[in-house]
Amino acid sequence: MDVIKALEAEQVKENVENFNIGDTVKVFFKIIEGKTERIQVFEGLVIAKNNSGVRITFTVRKMSYGVGVERVFPLHSPRIDKVEVTRFGKVRRSKLYYIRDRVGKSAKVKELFQKKPAKDIS
Amino acid sequence: MLGLIGRKVGMTQVFDDKGVLTPVTVIKFDDNVVVGARTTEKEGYNAYVMGTEDKKKNRVTKPYAGQFAEGNAPKKNLVEFRDFEKECQVGDTFGVEIFNDLGFVDITGTSKGKGFQGVMKRYGFSGGRKTHGSKFHRGIGGTGNAAWPAKVFRGRKMAGRMGGERTTVQNLRIVRVDEEKQVLLIKGAVPGAKNGVVVVKRAKKR
Repeated sequence: MDVIKALEAEQVKENVENFNIGDTVKVFFKIIEGKTERIQVFEGLVIAKNNSGVRITFTVRKMSYGVGVERVFPLHSPRIDKVEVTRFGKVRRSKLYYIRDRVGKSAKVKELFQKKPAKDIS
Repeated sequence: MLGLIGRKVGMTQVFDDKGVLTPVTVIKFDDNVVVGARTTEKEGYNAYVMGTEDKKKNRVTKPYAGQFAEGNAPKKNLVEFRDFEKECQVGDTFGVEIFNDLGFVDITGTSKGKGFQGVMKRYGFSGGRKTHGSKFHRGIGGTGNAAWPAKVFRGRKMAGRMGGERTTVQNLRIVRVDEEKQVLLIKGAVPGAKNGVVVVKRAKKR
């Protein structure tokens, strides 16, 4: 098992951005097209984080032309350039799946103005 | 054929060179020692016998120890590799380095024992309906004809012990060769339980 832990430890990014569930984030994701590489921004609400050792993933949801789009990113992926928090959210649960069923104003997350230092998630 | 004996460590996932998350099986290699050679003159074919992991002294019988050259400790796992592509003598050791230029490998191991299983799981029979008055669910169905031949032919697929047998998976992609840890990362699953002995060979069909 130690071999596996060592292999996983190699992949961990050192300075992972701190953000919490309910935050609105911009994910700068590298896209490789043939030889050229460009960065695509995916902005949305973090509705879930799945912690399993170093294989942490987080789910970002956004509305695109009236259609909900969700993307799951591995936190330590080398293709994530950076994650920027644009808005802190005030939520009381760790999985915001209820947002999927809401439309309009009730699909919003209250903003957290009293900005606490976000918990370290790495 | 180029090959080594290793042990399955377990599975995890890594980012490959393109940044894609890939499921991998980790295989660890102890030093593979050449403990014997088969030659065309004597045995009729060319091969080298590889051995790994020293056997406990009190578990070694004299006949078993007799097949090892002097100075070579008796080994637990022995496998013959026919037409080994590398030049070697008895006593040489090999590690994962020999897989450096390879893209694909075949892996042989002993599959996990599944116990006594029915024909649906063991042979993929379709079974019957679960509902709508059906009284035939997971059974075997017919096993043959009637008055002629008045017996069930040998080899009929029936329920029984499943798994725990030698299995080979071909054309598995090598994701990474880690010489420092003496570890090979293979994309996908490999037969056998964790800590099971596996034989890794150059892919036959690539």
